[in-house]
Amino acid sequence: METYTVIVLTLAATLRVATPLVIAALAGMFSERAGVIALGLEGMMLGAAFSAAAVSAVSGSAWLGLGAGIATAVALASLLAFATVTHRGNQVVAAMAVNIMVSGLGPTLALAWFGLGGQTPQLNEVAQRFTAFAWPWSQTAREHPLPGLLYAELLSGHNLIVYLTVALLPASAWLLYRTRFGLRLRAVGENPHAVDTAGISVNSLRYQAVLICGALCGVAGTYLSTAASAGFTRDMTAGKGYLALAALIFGKWKPYPTLGACLLFAFTDALAARLQGVALPLVGVIPVQFILALPYVLTVLLLAGFVGKAVAPAAIGVPYSKEK
Amino acid sequence: MMNLTRLAQSLSKGLVRAAAALALGFAAARAADFTPAIIYDMGGKFDRSFNQSAYEGAEKFKKDTGLAYREFEITNAAQREQAMVQLARRGAQIILSTGFTQASAVEKAAKQFPNLKFVIIDAVVDLPNVQSINFREQESSFLCGMAAAMISKTGKVGFVGGMDIPLIRKFALGYAEGAKYVNPKAEVFQNMTGTTPAAWNDPTKGAELAKSQFGRGADVVFHAAGATGLGVMQAAKDAGKLSIGCDSNQNYLHPGSVLTSAVKRVDVAVYEAFTAAKNGTWKPGQLMLGLKENGVDFSLDEHNRKLITPGMEAKLKQAKADIISGKLKVSEYRAQ
Repeated sequence: METYTVIVLTLAATLRVATPLVIAALAGMFSERAGVIALGLEGMMLGAAFSAAAVSAVSGSAWLGLGAGIATAVALASLLAFATVTHRGNQVVAAMAVNIMVSGLGPTLALAWFGLGGQTPQLNEVAQRFTAFAWPWSQTAREHPLPGLLYAELLSGHNLIVYLTVALLPASAWLLYRTRFGLRLRAVGENPHAVDTAGISVNSLRYQAVLICGALCGVAGTYLSTAASAGFTRDMTAGKGYLALAALIFGKWKPYPTLGACLLFAFTDALAARLQGVALPLVGVIPVQFILALPYVLTVLLLAGFVGKAVAPAAIGVPYSKEK
Repeated sequence: MMNLTRLAQSLSKGLVRAAAALALGFAAARAADFTPAIIYDMGGKFDRSFNQSAYEGAEKFKKDTGLAYREFEITNAAQREQAMVQLARRGAQIILSTGFTQASAVEKAAKQFPNLKFVIIDAVVDLPNVQSINFREQESSFLCGMAAAMISKTGKVGFVGGMDIPLIRKFALGYAEGAKYVNPKAEVFQNMTGTTPAAWNDPTKGAELAKSQFGRGADVVFHAAGATGLGVMQAAKDAGKLSIGCDSNQNYLHPGSVLTSAVKRVDVAVYEAFTAAKNGTWKPGQLMLGLKENGVDFSLDEHNRKLITPGMEAKLKQAKADIISGKLKVSEYRAQ
């Protein structure tokens, strides 16, 4: 029973850790399938995390925070689109510039506004955060472990953004694969000339893709600062944007395999938190260092051995110009 | 001829005097612009914990003496040496560095600037111009472990460390001993956040670790994790459990949810090092501060008054007295 409880709790933690990764990876999917490298995920998330926490701290409303987070990330996305689509700038350089700018700008603004050394105030009020809520009867269900604990821990007891993500995934898949917009968006990442010949604006499509990417990053960033923790701290994304990008490549730029990759990364992370100091059958207690390295070791092994060749969208990273 | 030699003599005497006066003048000028400097470690000046305590000490010095100090916040490991050399070149007379990760940088800079004074907190650098200040954290952790075990209903208590280093193991060991001293059957869960300095600044991971311990039945969690600990304390509050703060008195962060804090008087250490350097009484060497020297303690104020019952308080005070008198021995973790 003890093992069963640990497994259920680890799975529940996996969902919480995976949420920002899944949203960011979906964001990256829109951008990359349209041919724009999504290296700016990290910066857009961090920017959103900052403004969501700042606005929520001042206004006392997590929903206003979410709005501010999305607005900030969309603003950064339009800056990126302006540089890379309109002016055909190098996508990697532009994205890195945004990442570095945000990583400095967030703490600087926070210091100027709140005087707390680059952090926003702690969000202590319930309304300032997206807190977990329990589904009906989850306390009663807990007493009947086999289906009950699954219900109480895995289904119930998460915050709104986690549930939103569950809906976001099929919605994104549908948008990309079942609509005219999605078909055009994918085409523009493979062969923009063909799209242009058909009389559809390549730039307009890429703008839309990058802005969708920004909006999703806004949600992911808001999750980090107002749901998973209570306030903004310096560099709080801690590489999650890059990890989401890795998951996207790992998932071959397809929605459901990408979800699998995100869940795998999150699961190893949640597992690492729980395996520390726990005696396992046969091997005993495993050293902390090994446990902490586990997610990376697993990633390398899986990438090296179990995933076939990942083929990127053909036109990725290439600015479009009619002449060439 | 006689007159000439006399003249020369008096002249040279005058010159010596003038030189001496000049030298004195310089010395006076130097004392007037005494500039201490402080280098905070990763986690940042406002981590509400270890570094913030150092910052408060420096601020107190500034307020009491009117002397400004220079400061630097390390945001990545490559900056340590540069920052130290910069501060030394710009005329800081004493450079205080917080955190064990700065030890090698202090060692290098102290060799390069043998006439400057260096202070390191939480590490030992054995050089003639370095003062190493360390704390017996195991003693305050022991008291916190006792408090945790006394209030725990499940008999299970948790510990979340920052970076996995001997110093943090010291906290963990003292805490576990304290818990077992009260309740020999107490179960203590231990987690470390990471093995790099980034582990001091990852509140999301801290919250996740705390949740994992609550899931296993813990109802009190102690953090020694700098800014990561803010996530631990938040998670405890969200889950309706108790947390124990570290280094600074963190009881005020979530009143009613923070059981107590293992206070480490880094502020006092910083203040005294600066004051001693200013007054010329600063001495290099090793300084070890524990319960006896008021270097560490558990905190009790209006924010946690309701949590610590008079019975608990009496037991904690008794244990404190016993540790000071040597009747009660707390083991110290030693790196192998």
